[in-house]
Amino acid sequence: MAAPGLDGCSWFAALSLGVSLLKCLFMDAYHSTDFEVHRNWLAVTHSLPVSRWYHENTSEWTLDYPPLFAWFEFGLSHVAQHFDRNMLVVENLNYASPATVLFQRLSVVFTDLVFIFAVRECCRCVQEQKGPRDVLSRPSFVLAVLLLWNFGLLIVDHIHFQYNGFLFGFLLLSVAKHLQSRHLQGALLFAILLNLKHIYLYVAPAYGIYLLRSYCFTQDHKDGSVNWRSFSPLRLLALGAIVVSVCALSFGPFIAMGQLPQVLSRLFPFKRGLCHAYWAPNIWALYNMLDKVLAVLGVRLKLLEEAELPRASMTGGLVQEFQHSVLPSVSPSVTLVCTLLSILPAVASIWRRPRGARGFLRCLLLCALASFMFGWHVHEKAVLIAILPLSILAVESREDAGIFLVLTTTGHYSLFPLIFTPAELPIKVVLMLLFVIFSFAALRKLGQGSLLRPLESVYLAGLVAVAIACEIVFPLSPWQQRLPFLPLLATSVYCSVGVSYSFLRLYASLLRQDEKKSH
Amino acid sequence: MQTWSLVSICVLLGVVVRWGVSLNSYSGAGKPPMFGDYEAQRHWQEVTYNLPVQEWYFNTTENDLNYWGLDYPPLTAYHSLICAYVAKMINPEWVELHRSRGYESPAHKLFMRATVLVADLLIYIPAVVLYCLYLTDGSSKKKVSTLFCFLLYPGLILIDYGHFQYNGVSLGFALWGVLALGLGWDALGSMAFCLALNYKQMELYHALPFFCYLLGKCIKLGPMGRGFFLLVRIASTVLVTFALCWLPFLSDPSEALQVVRRIFPVARGLFEDKVANTWCSLNILIKIRSILSSDSQIYLSTACTLLAVLPSSVKLLTKPTFWQFKLALANSALAFFLFSYQVHEKSILLAALPVCLLLNDLPLVAIWFLLTSTFSMLPLLLKDGLLVPYVVTSLAFLFFSLYLLSALEHCSEEELRLGAYHKMLFFLPKLDLACITRWKFYIGVAAMAGLSAVSVALVPPPHLPDLFPVLVSTTAFLQFLGTFLYFNIVQFSGPPSRKTQKKNN
Repeated sequence: MAAPGLDGCSWFAALSLGVSLLKCLFMDAYHSTDFEVHRNWLAVTHSLPVSRWYHENTSEWTLDYPPLFAWFEFGLSHVAQHFDRNMLVVENLNYASPATVLFQRLSVVFTDLVFIFAVRECCRCVQEQKGPRDVLSRPSFVLAVLLLWNFGLLIVDHIHFQYNGFLFGFLLLSVAKHLQSRHLQGALLFAILLNLKHIYLYVAPAYGIYLLRSYCFTQDHKDGSVNWRSFSPLRLLALGAIVVSVCALSFGPFIAMGQLPQVLSRLFPFKRGLCHAYWAPNIWALYNMLDKVLAVLGVRLKLLEEAELPRASMTGGLVQEFQHSVLPSVSPSVTLVCTLLSILPAVASIWRRPRGARGFLRCLLLCALASFMFGWHVHEKAVLIAILPLSILAVESREDAGIFLVLTTTGHYSLFPLIFTPAELPIKVVLMLLFVIFSFAALRKLGQGSLLRPLESVYLAGLVAVAIACEIVFPLSPWQQRLPFLPLLATSVYCSVGVSYSFLRLYASLLRQDEKKSH
Repeated sequence: MQTWSLVSICVLLGVVVRWGVSLNSYSGAGKPPMFGDYEAQRHWQEVTYNLPVQEWYFNTTENDLNYWGLDYPPLTAYHSLICAYVAKMINPEWVELHRSRGYESPAHKLFMRATVLVADLLIYIPAVVLYCLYLTDGSSKKKVSTLFCFLLYPGLILIDYGHFQYNGVSLGFALWGVLALGLGWDALGSMAFCLALNYKQMELYHALPFFCYLLGKCIKLGPMGRGFFLLVRIASTVLVTFALCWLPFLSDPSEALQVVRRIFPVARGLFEDKVANTWCSLNILIKIRSILSSDSQIYLSTACTLLAVLPSSVKLLTKPTFWQFKLALANSALAFFLFSYQVHEKSILLAALPVCLLLNDLPLVAIWFLLTSTFSMLPLLLKDGLLVPYVVTSLAFLFFSLYLLSALEHCSEEELRLGAYHKMLFFLPKLDLACITRWKFYIGVAAMAGLSAVSVALVPPPHLPDLFPVLVSTTAFLQFLGTFLYFNIVQFSGPPSRKTQKKNN
């Protein structure tokens, strides 16, 4: 019997409204320095002329997003002046009146409408199975919940404070357009996204190769290889025109003023360290851990002199360049080379055997995850770029659902140290539990049976132990004073294992599909 | 999805909404010298921890009863004592005698909010879950929807987690009582209700239905024989529970009397502040407080209350079924709220709990009443700085309860049990009562939304400073009166027919 009221498309509106109302409840919660960052950008774009935007440095939080985002903040500032004019004064550093908080929080909730729209488009692209099904077990419903109620987005956007929902809206909308074979629209949206936040450059290779291979070459040979003669210069021109015009709109004024080098220097600051103050759970976390272990072992086994080792401060929370003790040091160019090498097989795979839009999605996912794994100064929030697109694949395939559960649980747990205040602890624990229970129960129902291998289940259960140790046991133990960064280290290293494992499994699934087609 | 995962999701959502509300301000925050209910609870922890039991309710040099003296029965005092022990372990400054007056800090606020959540998780929420799963009918999806709406009721969340009180404990115990009676465990049910009564004396609003239901059941079982044994069992349970709760005070009768004097202060007036009951609303037209003497005010309100509660109680006595019991609870609580002496606006929660029990059976009217009850507390919530949680939780409750319980679809005349109205209003032309009811609902919600917006946005004219609270309480009063009449009529109509029940599934 159909559940009362859960027919038609009304469930989507219900989910969207519910999550938006929940977001409004977190207005008074802790917010990070990102709140001041965005307030400063509102002030800078509102009070200063365009020529000063990228030169202004009264506040330490200088404008380091591309110009289109600056225009977005400029637009927001016109609404902000009706809430509290004082927040738009550049000199009012750390200004956080109740009206300011209300405006900023509401702006995130409203711009999330882009995300909600994108999720609706993605839900339309999901392949449904035939026959009447209870709404709660439909793939589109599960996808909507996994995306709209994503724990990472709720925590990062509505407590920590950022505009990721807005940006991910563009990414997911672009993906949805590609899934619907509207490639030009997808390209346009991605170009806009790149000009809003340049971190998405990491997934640009996937777009580039996919569009070149599947859109510019209009036909393939029967065996799937490239038909060089079907190349359409018109399509390539159209794509180029879109990208160039968007970039021109965004960077144009600054190129005209000759400020391009200044803007680029703000966008790509490489003076920061290999790892963030808290290590993102990627390869370098494991690398650092190995380095430390070897150093300690070396000292114990008298192979190294303790005096020769550089002072340990990678865990000291300072964002500086740092030398490793035993293993060779890593520089930005090394990470770039590693990242490029790691995405090469994926990109080559969709060149050789394009599998349509879903192959592109898988490649995008791998580019995002590879850049997370090997990138320079990666923030743990970047794991969301991999988790959100993976949700689309997870509701359609059993194997992807299993990988999704591992990646999501570890990736979301690695976000825990972002919200460290005691008042918000129940919120993050309860939201995490909510998401875990739903994702496990819903995906299991979709996939008909257990999705995790025994070892994976053990690993995820271990996460609970790590959580209890870090959140409850450690603060009450005597090591709190001497080794205050131990829980961060433990979280980061434990999660790196999970994330790396998911990365390898995703790669394996891509290459296995490649092999299957070629037989 | 399996029921257990849906139930845990509902409970977790209920918890996160509660904690989200608790991030906001509390009553009396930063307002010396008296502060508010939050400081009262902290003060009781201080008093119960540092002073011997005999001095808790007495005015001594150590215990100034004018500064938030204990005026709830002993169970509240024991609860405060337990919290005080925990507080002492974390930070002794929080409960230091005299010196901790007016103590406010983020850590302390976190502790106090946590005590409310723990009490809820232990008492109120399990009762709600068990009630919805075992004592409501319908498919499992419907039960989960009812559970979600029940947990989302804004009034209790805003008062317990915003203003700061422990209503979840007393209402939770009362709900355990209802649950036990519904499952046929009468002795346990009476014990649970006694615990509720010994936690907050306001639970007396529910006492008559419990009494009439159990007495009626005993009579039905046969006054000689099983009925008599049941009566004895229940009576002895009640006496033992009371004795255990009051044990420290029974050694000296004057002590017990002092406790009674503290929990039933009759020196105050007919009403205080603006509350949505008859006397306050009547006071706008006729100044009763000045016309009648204090004694006649007491007599008048007692008489009216008894008169209002009599029909429902008698009906329950003659026909002790669970359905009648639920309706009688709602009617009794509403009767007391509307006509009783010294009613506070928070007492509407005592009527809201029985109406939550009726969410499954009469969704539209229940949702309407629950929204009105939250709205009636708007002036209090605005004073505490809880505007945003009020708006968010009310909108969420309105939308989700209408959506999940399909309240607007399931409102034919039969489902709303409006048949009796036809019989009463036989002289009027044949009206589509269901349509009228729906329109009354829309207008009521619009009026509440409008008044809420106006109370926040506009400044009242200087010669009518209390304009908005008065408008709020009068609007709420009219809707409460209508609901009271409706529930009485429904209680006197026939029981829900099997046909309508099947349709609701």
